[in-house]
Amino acid sequence: MTELGLVASQLFNGISLGSILLLAALGLALSFGLMNVINMAHGELLMMGGYLAYLAYRMPVGPWRLPLALLLAAAGAALFGALLELTVVRRLYGRPLDTLLATWGVSLLMQQGARSLFGPVGVEVTAPDWLAGAIPLRSIGLPGVELPLVRLFIIAVAGVVLAGLALVLTRSRWGRLVRAVQEDRDMAEALGINSRRVDLVIFMIGTGVAGLAGAALALIAPVTPTVGQSYIVYAFLVVIVGGLGSLTGTAAAALAVGLLSAWLQVFTSVSLADVLLLVVVMAFIQVRPRGIVTRLSRALEEA
Amino acid sequence: MIRSCTSGRRLALPALAALLFAFLMLVMGRTTAAAPAAVPIKVGVLHSLTGTMAISEVSVKNATLLAIDQLNEKGGVLGRPIQPVIEDGASDPVVFAQKAQKLIQEDHVVTVFGGWTSASRKAMLPVFERFHSLLWYPVQFEGNECSPDIMYSGAQPNQQILPALKWALEMGQKRIFLLGSDYVFPRTANLILKKHIVHDGGVVAGEEYVPLGGTDFSAVIAKIKLAHPDVIFNTLNGDSNVSFFKQMAAAGMPPSKMPVMSFSIAEQEARAMGPALVAGSYATWNYFQSLHVGTNQAFVAAYKAKYGSDQVVDDPMVHGYVDVMEWAAAVTKAGSTDPQAVRAAAVALPWGWGAMGSIKFANNQSLYQKAYVGQLQPDGQFKVVWQSGDPIMPQPYDQLTFPGKSCAH
Repeated sequence: MTELGLVASQLFNGISLGSILLLAALGLALSFGLMNVINMAHGELLMMGGYLAYLAYRMPVGPWRLPLALLLAAAGAALFGALLELTVVRRLYGRPLDTLLATWGVSLLMQQGARSLFGPVGVEVTAPDWLAGAIPLRSIGLPGVELPLVRLFIIAVAGVVLAGLALVLTRSRWGRLVRAVQEDRDMAEALGINSRRVDLVIFMIGTGVAGLAGAALALIAPVTPTVGQSYIVYAFLVVIVGGLGSLTGTAAAALAVGLLSAWLQVFTSVSLADVLLLVVVMAFIQVRPRGIVTRLSRALEEA
Repeated sequence: MIRSCTSGRRLALPALAALLFAFLMLVMGRTTAAAPAAVPIKVGVLHSLTGTMAISEVSVKNATLLAIDQLNEKGGVLGRPIQPVIEDGASDPVVFAQKAQKLIQEDHVVTVFGGWTSASRKAMLPVFERFHSLLWYPVQFEGNECSPDIMYSGAQPNQQILPALKWALEMGQKRIFLLGSDYVFPRTANLILKKHIVHDGGVVAGEEYVPLGGTDFSAVIAKIKLAHPDVIFNTLNGDSNVSFFKQMAAAGMPPSKMPVMSFSIAEQEARAMGPALVAGSYATWNYFQSLHVGTNQAFVAAYKAKYGSDQVVDDPMVHGYVDVMEWAAAVTKAGSTDPQAVRAAAVALPWGWGAMGSIKFANNQSLYQKAYVGQLQPDGQFKVVWQSGDPIMPQPYDQLTFPGKSCAH
């Protein structure tokens, strides 16, 4: 591989990392960004998606097991999210610190639950054979540069999920309700919108997306009881840099963080790149405390 | 040593339960003490039974208990049964130190078998030195330590990483890429490796570290592609290995195309990761389950009979087992359980013949043992492809990297 090849492959790796971060952060962007709920169990919902994918993989469905795994993970996590919203989150609206503590407790319970059910050892989820290859870029003058199909698949999943969410939020009736509640909860309620129900739906969509993301990320990462912990910090990072309440901002932030991280890793080590990334993010927050995209919202104003 | 702990917040409840259990055992022990039978010899078994390290350490605890069972079936030592007092280190070095002190002071154990991470060993070291007790540590580690109150049966650097280098160079693999998790074992191991690679005419093709638990290897893999190494020396820890091998395969470099020599993947880890993912890669240990040496096959059969036929045995487990057997032989030789007398007897024992073949504790309290290079097969077992000739003398301080340093006590 040539130097130019390294630049090209890191550009791709940056986009790939961005798509991974976006998948990890999207669910959080919904619950944290739209509802102002700090869900510390978000990482564990990703972990849950991975385990649901593992269960789907054990069913005798042949080539359909990956789509089935994604579906099952999304549906299972959404149902669990509904349960979580009805039993814990709903009772703690407007008390962000209590929510933080309670959901952290839920994350511990989920980790121990996974450990009790599946054992402390991780489970095996591998990419199907049709995702095993890579596309070489030799023909366009970049010998040695290959785009792994698994990473392309994850980029595609991230793109589809983002587009789907954007479509729902901007084009559907439910999306309109969500935006109305987000912009001014009292006014929305005065107009007869059941804001509790809207909250439940947003939270379910957020956790469902997290489950789907967990199933997709299991293709290139381990599935263990504690794997959620390795995503949660980056997920918060991306949501905060992106700006609360904006999917556009979240997507832009994920891509920026991914590209920056991949670029830094070329010149430094992975450890140092992490440090430098955090320094850059801290500096950025000083300049733009409200993130890349600033949204006007009465709900977030009060928080 | 390789795997290290990252979390200790899950310890409160299990620790409480363990304490309650220990208390009950104590009370029950008191009530039966009036019986005329010989007074048992109490030994401590201190491993992480909860937390991130439990996955590795529970199996070492099991192997240790198997050895104690087998000794008791033959009448114990000095005519007295051996009574294990089991404690949970909870994957937290602080807890390891507390439990070590509790075992010595409250349970009056004569010795302790345990520890895995270097952090746990470093935390327990001052406790054992203060009470002049004796710890048997079963895991390979980075050397550079030589306490009079610890018996180090796991490999020193010259018994694992340097034999691996010798193998690689003999195979004509001159360009070596060093990849590890970012903490003490990989950093020290690679420090030693770099000196020897250059000294022996090889080339360090690259050196990269990833934070503990790191899951993204895209940049590292790009650098590996750019460096064109002949072999990768992998000191990654635990879960990071899963990400690394998955992403290497996705990038068109499975172990069959790019040889990887791992120092933290034994039979247990291979089983946990799914052997298909890592089949074809190499590992260097002092023991493999598949070895036909000494009494190994009987040991494997006994372990499976006690813990289940689906269980596998690996290097740290056999070291935990051998530690108990050597301790018992030393107690018999010394005619006493006093730690000082046992230590002196242990290094004066003749060559032992057991599950690891020929072994013997050297004067520096580490173990003479052979090194083997194995290639991982799809069934999760290793096929031995290379072995050192005679058992290798343990060297806690690598003379090329740390000239002039030695065990002086």
